Amino acid sequence: MIEYTAIIRDTAKKLLKDGKVDVFIGYKKGTVPMMNEPVVISDPEKVDTLHWDSLCGLNLCNYLTKRKDKIGIIANGCNSRNIVTHILENQISREQLYIVGIPCTGVIDHRAVLRAVGNKEVLDVQEQGDKFTVSGNGFSETFDKAKFLRTNCAVCTHRNPVIYDEMVASPVKEQEGVDPFEDVKKIEAMDPEKKWGFFTKMIERCLRCYACRNSCPLCYCPTCFVDESKPQWVGKSIDPTDTMTFHIMRAYHCAGRCTDCGACERVCPVGIPMRQFTKKLNKDALEYFSWEAGLNPDARPPLDVYKPDDYNDFVK
Amino acid sequence: MLKGLLEHIGIEPGRLNFSWISSAEATKFVDVAQQVAASVKALGPARYLIKKRAEVA
Repeated sequence: MIEYTAIIRDTAKKLLKDGKVDVFIGYKKGTVPMMNEPVVISDPEKVDTLHWDSLCGLNLCNYLTKRKDKIGIIANGCNSRNIVTHILENQISREQLYIVGIPCTGVIDHRAVLRAVGNKEVLDVQEQGDKFTVSGNGFSETFDKAKFLRTNCAVCTHRNPVIYDEMVASPVKEQEGVDPFEDVKKIEAMDPEKKWGFFTKMIERCLRCYACRNSCPLCYCPTCFVDESKPQWVGKSIDPTDTMTFHIMRAYHCAGRCTDCGACERVCPVGIPMRQFTKKLNKDALEYFSWEAGLNPDARPPLDVYKPDDYNDFVK
Repeated sequence: MLKGLLEHIGIEPGRLNFSWISSAEATKFVDVAQQVAASVKALGPARYLIKKRAEVA
């Protein structure tokens, strides 16, 4: 996907020069390999800092919330769905946005790369088509990108943006025959004791740093429930029950809104696969309400509206 | 969906109950309360999501 970089730069330059947008939001190369950073550019002469490759794993929609200016933004499948969700939730208006759509072929899991090179220090990653070369002090290895996709990208069925003003390339083929909920089904088959054991073990290492919340484009409340002290909704310690409560609440706030962009897992400093919480909600939203978040700017989310035929078998 | 999520995490089915009872439905309230009490009793004391008080030496 690195070949999109030049097109993104040209587009951003044109948009900024013509005054169509005040700022352009994209990614730049990180200071260390595999850690590309979001960047907001307002000077057309500085567009050369923009960068795009298969290591742009954060969600840019996070930087749109309540902005007042005209914004150019790049968006692949999941990011565009978050933009739709933002529009639906009145966090930004469509008229303010110029969306440069990216047909995405998936993002590389930097942790998988590190594991593959035996946790040696990676000094450079170069992408060539569907392969990439990782090099460092005394080693250089080439891998197939398809085998190193993040777990959410590997089962992604919305690679192309759902909303855009122009595309940097023609749409890519959507993946077929992937089951996004294979892992959820495995957990569903467990008995309550095993389930509890699985999730307790999973969040054991949580530091309560809230990086997952901060990286999530859905988490834009001025004061998060975890930061409030009057009333204090949830204990602030790393007591296992407090941590579990935090994770349940964080996930439930994403019910019917999560696009499975994977930003939360990417930023977790201890590598907790917390998408297991939100994926269950995504699965239920799909099964009960035939709903996948952010696909249609004209449809209200299921938890936002009442319909007489809503699923309600659980009400006694 | 909340029930689905909590039961996915390991809260036993039957421990979390939802109902809608109007203030005029006294008999329904009694029925539901008895059903809930019975289903929770059958499950026994809660094992998960319990915060223990800090032990002070």
